[in-house]
Amino acid sequence: MRINRSLIVALLLAGALGGCAEERSDGAGAYASQYKPLPSEPVLLRGATVLTGTGERLDDAEVAMRDGRIVSVGTGLDAGDMDVVDASGMWITPGIIDVHSHLGAYPSPSVDAHSDGNEATDPNTAEVWVEHSVWPQDPGFVSALAGGVTSLQILPGSANLFGGRGVTLKNVPAQSVMEMKFPGAPYGLKMACGENPKRVYGSLARAPSTRMGNVAGYRAAFIAAADYRDSLTATADQEAPSRDLQLETLAGVLDGDILVHNHCYRADEMAVMLEIAKEFDYQITAFHHAVEAYKIADLLLENGTCAAIWADWYGFKMEAFDGIRENAAILDRADVCTIMHSDSEAGIQRLNQESAKVMGAAARVGIVIPPERAIRWITANAAKALGIAADVGTLEAGKMADVTVWDGNPFSVYTKAQKVYIDGALVYDRGNESVNPVTDFTLGTDARHGGAR
Amino acid sequence: MNRLHCLLLAPLLLAAAAAAQTTAITGATVHTIGPQGTIEDATIIIEGGRIAAVGADIDIPAGATEVDATGKVVTPGLFSPLGQIGLSEVSAVEGTNDAAQSGSEFAAGFDVADAYNPRSIVVAISRIDGITRAALTPYPASVGDDGTGGGHVLSGLGSVVHLGTSPEFFVKRGAVVVANLGEQGSRVAGGSRAAAVQTLRAALDDALDYRENRAAYERGQWRDYRFSRADLSSLQAVLDGSAALLFNVNRASDISVVLGLAAEYDVRAIIAGGAEAWMVADHIAAAGVPVILDGINNLPGSFDQINARLDSASLLADARVTFAFGGSAQTHNARLLTQSAGIAVANGLSFDQALQAITLAPARIYGVDATVGSIEPGKDADLVIWPGDPLELTNYPDQVYIQGQAVTMQSRQTLLRDRYLQTDSDKPPAFRHPPSQR
Repeated sequence: MRINRSLIVALLLAGALGGCAEERSDGAGAYASQYKPLPSEPVLLRGATVLTGTGERLDDAEVAMRDGRIVSVGTGLDAGDMDVVDASGMWITPGIIDVHSHLGAYPSPSVDAHSDGNEATDPNTAEVWVEHSVWPQDPGFVSALAGGVTSLQILPGSANLFGGRGVTLKNVPAQSVMEMKFPGAPYGLKMACGENPKRVYGSLARAPSTRMGNVAGYRAAFIAAADYRDSLTATADQEAPSRDLQLETLAGVLDGDILVHNHCYRADEMAVMLEIAKEFDYQITAFHHAVEAYKIADLLLENGTCAAIWADWYGFKMEAFDGIRENAAILDRADVCTIMHSDSEAGIQRLNQESAKVMGAAARVGIVIPPERAIRWITANAAKALGIAADVGTLEAGKMADVTVWDGNPFSVYTKAQKVYIDGALVYDRGNESVNPVTDFTLGTDARHGGAR
Repeated sequence: MNRLHCLLLAPLLLAAAAAAQTTAITGATVHTIGPQGTIEDATIIIEGGRIAAVGADIDIPAGATEVDATGKVVTPGLFSPLGQIGLSEVSAVEGTNDAAQSGSEFAAGFDVADAYNPRSIVVAISRIDGITRAALTPYPASVGDDGTGGGHVLSGLGSVVHLGTSPEFFVKRGAVVVANLGEQGSRVAGGSRAAAVQTLRAALDDALDYRENRAAYERGQWRDYRFSRADLSSLQAVLDGSAALLFNVNRASDISVVLGLAAEYDVRAIIAGGAEAWMVADHIAAAGVPVILDGINNLPGSFDQINARLDSASLLADARVTFAFGGSAQTHNARLLTQSAGIAVANGLSFDQALQAITLAPARIYGVDATVGSIEPGKDADLVIWPGDPLELTNYPDQVYIQGQAVTMQSRQTLLRDRYLQTDSDKPPAFRHPPSQR
């Protein structure tokens, strides 16, 4: 490296300012997860039907948790010093995971001042991070907890081609979003194809106003991102470019560090998005909504792309016209990574029920999906799509003790989540309201989230 | 024969035949929702489109078509009390939406009936899921992107249809006049919900005056009214009690205002939404006003719904309020009726009350319970045969009957499903035809 005088002066000056520019832009500490599990005791849940999320069902079984981790799952476990919780007649599953939520960014109440999910001022806002829009006082977090949800991905909306970074949270209400961030979870990038971006910008007489305009938009952005990424690895002869948040996030996609969550309904459009991914050599981790995914199950399997879908929404837009209830069933039968998501503060409370709708529809056409398989749609497969499968999504020794205890088969409409553990701490107990969080916004009201009295 | 042709002609041909046909459904657990309650191993006789008999020891008439429903459960057809089935094909495609308008001539007098499309995909999709009757309720139009337009405090007339194929679709035209108070009313009344109430009062006052002075008005010898002739005519039914005023309200204070208005003008009221109805349940019960409760929406989506809760239904039941489920369950999502009911049972409501809330209660609320809503002799044979508990989301109807006719259990969605289930076909999907066409 050639030393020159101006470089030395610059370094000295930076040092004198007590924190050089390089440290600040590295910023390893900024925005990092500050999540701390709530206090917990060692607990042995005994006598339940256990759906592990790995495809297994254990009857009259036990789950042992200590120091925030699952220590064992099985039968005949020794209680030792653990609190024994009688879970006979109950079912235990991994904590439910919703990969598509706007809680906090489009919270309740849905008023203009809280409308923070879409930075709809440009079709490419890859530079924004939805976590900076998340209001942790959204009562919806607590209702979701009462529905058994332990982790969730908050995403920007779908007004833009590139909506911005998503964030994965532990469903433990806190004072700031940093204190809710799932430790070690990778970032996601929200992309959207189809009607929404072209309608939003087309109505402003701006690009994109057509699907072809959408695609040109993605491609131009990735070309710029590739250039940016290449110039970051420049030698000392060339100046590193100024830091650009938008290109930084897109480059993260190209590097495989940031997972792509692509809102896309139509089969033909998903096929085109996969071509773009091929052109720029990145992976589409999951298509979201994917209303027509059942038409291209083989293509999704081939590309290792998950489909995060609803049970039965259809007919609200042209691109949702061909929605059918058997979508998840056809995908699951083809071994596609199938995920049930909500995109709804109401739906997140009952992902188990939404899954049940599909199980019944599937059975009618001879596709039998037992509970131990269906549960993966809202646990293991969801964890995989969020890049947190090493930590959660199944009940296995060593994983984080994110566990939901139900008062019956979770796929019955009559079943409710009774106890929800996150990192081994009892964060929700339907039988003991004093345990349960009540966000500041709810104080003074008579609301009972999730119906707990 | 072209498949679509089959779909259209077959039911019409069946209509003529079925009117004379006698059907006996046997062996099921029947939830009559009537005085006979739930009957095990029951027989239902359908004659001339009506229920002739229902019970455990019924003789089957000679020549009857027997339907063995052993091990199954039968309920009355489900009734969707709010929404736009047949009036909205694709929500985002404006041209297909006919339940809202922002013209200045019609408010209370806007009548959606002539827009009903019995061939809507939503009709077939809903009826194979057990919905046999629906109320069509207009709603306020949104303000256009250019800032013009926007709906009215009184959205118009709501009617009841059956979702079958016999061409007298309308069971009751003009059953309700829809009124919007609360935040939604505020939006269309220029910025205050109080102005919405004043607008409503002005409409009722004009309607009263029109009732007394109609002849003079028609001769041009009376004062002008703020409202159109069509509006004033529609409101006569409200004044004489043959139609109810259906109020879209959630906030407890707005509900109290509704109860006061209804008493003052001596009109029948219905509360739709009712997120905070539980807070004033005793007053609602005392006033004999029914509620169409959302049942799924338990979050404070607006400041009108701050005290929404998932166990509202059981609280209303405890207070003896008549209620039905509807709201989140409407139009394309009308099928959420059973989920609304099931969630309510999980949160304290009895099964029987929950089932009643999606069958007889909505029929009563709309004043059509003389002909539908329960399985009782003399009523129309709207029935659903279920493989098990109708509220469990894993169960879908095996067979639906509307006015005694067996519904063809097919929809656009079942056609798509069947096409894409054929993964062993070597043909691209567009070339895969249903078996009857191969």
